[in-house]
Amino acid sequence: MPETGDHGASIELESLTKRYPGSAQPAVDNVSMEIKAGEVVVFVGPSGCGKSTTLKMINRLIEPTGGRIRIGGEDVTDMDPVKLRRKVGYAIQSAGLFPHMTVAQNIGIVPKMIGWSKPRIRERTEELLDLVGLDAAEFRGRYPRQLSGGQQQRVGVARALAADPPVLLMDEPFGAVDPITRDHLQDELIRLQHELHKTIVFVTHDFDEAIKIGDRIAVLRERSHIAQFDTPEAILTNPADDFVSGFVGAGAALKRLNLTRVRDVEITDYPTVTVDDPLQEIFNLLRTSGSNEILLLDRRRRPYKWLRRGDLMRARGSLARAGTLVSDTVTRDATLRDALEAVLTDNAGRVAVTGRRGEYTGVVDMETLMNSVHEMLEADRLDAMEHQHELESLRASQTHAEQEGAQGPAGVGGGPGGER
Amino acid sequence: MNFWEYLVNRHQQLLTDAYQHASAVFQCMVVATVLGVLIAVASYRSEWAGNLATTTTATILTVPALALIGLLIPIVGLGVPPTVVALTLYGLLPVVRNAIVGLRGVDPTLVDAATGIGMSRPARLLRVELPLAWPPILTGIRVSTQMLMGIAAIAAYASGPGLGNVIFRGLASLGSANALNQVLAGTLGIIVLALLFDAAYVLIGRLTIPRGIRA
Repeated sequence: MPETGDHGASIELESLTKRYPGSAQPAVDNVSMEIKAGEVVVFVGPSGCGKSTTLKMINRLIEPTGGRIRIGGEDVTDMDPVKLRRKVGYAIQSAGLFPHMTVAQNIGIVPKMIGWSKPRIRERTEELLDLVGLDAAEFRGRYPRQLSGGQQQRVGVARALAADPPVLLMDEPFGAVDPITRDHLQDELIRLQHELHKTIVFVTHDFDEAIKIGDRIAVLRERSHIAQFDTPEAILTNPADDFVSGFVGAGAALKRLNLTRVRDVEITDYPTVTVDDPLQEIFNLLRTSGSNEILLLDRRRRPYKWLRRGDLMRARGSLARAGTLVSDTVTRDATLRDALEAVLTDNAGRVAVTGRRGEYTGVVDMETLMNSVHEMLEADRLDAMEHQHELESLRASQTHAEQEGAQGPAGVGGGPGGER
Repeated sequence: MNFWEYLVNRHQQLLTDAYQHASAVFQCMVVATVLGVLIAVASYRSEWAGNLATTTTATILTVPALALIGLLIPIVGLGVPPTVVALTLYGLLPVVRNAIVGLRGVDPTLVDAATGIGMSRPARLLRVELPLAWPPILTGIRVSTQMLMGIAAIAAYASGPGLGNVIFRGLASLGSANALNQVLAGTLGIIVLALLFDAAYVLIGRLTIPRGIRA
């Protein structure tokens, strides 16, 4: 694996098979997939579908009985597994930290094994703790049992990243923490990946987690057969078959809202005034603007109050008493689901969008949301159909080629002939 | 001569015996620990081999000490050799059994994690499995030591070193003036030594068990 450092390495699995002695069916049957460098791929599927086994074959914790693994273009199926694993980060459920070592020792163990100098290890440890959001001075000397579940998990990720591997394997890493912490950890992972661009293979049985984290999702069924391998959008809007749609579960359209941010939809402009504007101007605006409501901003241009036509009259011209306070705002980075939530709770069906320092940038209302969701779903559907079409024609040409060269070497799909 | 006078009178001899007793137990314990851990490391991963090791060492323990030492005399002669062989063999069982239990008790996910981050088998054993199994191993060593303290006394039967000599001398001359004093001095000496060793183990535990896994 020549590429280390900032960017990930591609992973290719070719007819990967695991057959345990004494069982008729293979545990993992002929899995082929290509994972691009810097991509986050999530394996999702029911328990016992072989997703973990497939993951563990990538760093050969489980030796495949057939097929090839290539990382960064290099065939690693026969290389020394210890050397391989030092270049592939590995994070597991409930972190798997060594309880007899401090946080710093846990993180430093791989760098130490590959012969880094002490000052370099110390520097790297602090850098990593900082990266996963833990204060180095406070946590360096602690033992795992002195950490909360979420903190342990962070240290686990830091340990996996210690030697800066291009590839990171994560086996249900957030399976054992409470939902709120899990949500945080997922956000952190997304942020981390934004900085690091590793190739991440992530195993989970939680489809919502898969949608949130994955660039692409592989939905696996028994024996690790790939039911569908595509972007979250495509899987949500166009599940390949009943198995996938069953796994996606109800509310695919709602889940789709999680994938789009407020900044991706049209934000409408609203008539606004600030608290410093003279009352007369506010009256004029209320009268002249088409809408019967305006948004009052405070001195730092943050949404403050919604003002309706009659409000100022009723409050006898006092801005302090007039209108309804803005209870909820969303940022441009919020998901459409958050926006919908805010719009639904607001009795007038709109929510103010704010910028980084809380300043007003626009308004999203029910109508905008509905229109954009419709457009989005329609576009997804078209994309998916096109994609489906491509796949079908590809498959057809492959089958054709295989039939043509039936006597030649094993085909692209690779049957048992693809084993070594 | 009362007991105190006897102690004061013979303290030179008694101290030498006590020292030899402690030294014999300590050295045999070191050998038993090394052997025991090695046996455990070699056998814990296989159900069959682990059980064989435990059963074998347990069987040795059921042989009466006097008989074992008696049987060893024709093979290794009198004096120190039969003492060392017998003590080491007896000391094995608790160490082997606890080491196997300790090594098997290491959380498999930790072993998985250790392998997954690229530790070779020896590194995994030295850095993860043995440190985590150390508290039960240390308990085994402690139990062994207590046992060997008593068994070492019997080694005097084969002219071995230690406080057993005092006891045997007393027993041989029952009815004479100092017989009771001798037996008493030897027995109490062994008890004091056992307590001192135990205190030492507590200290060793404090120093060698990492804070992260200390109970």
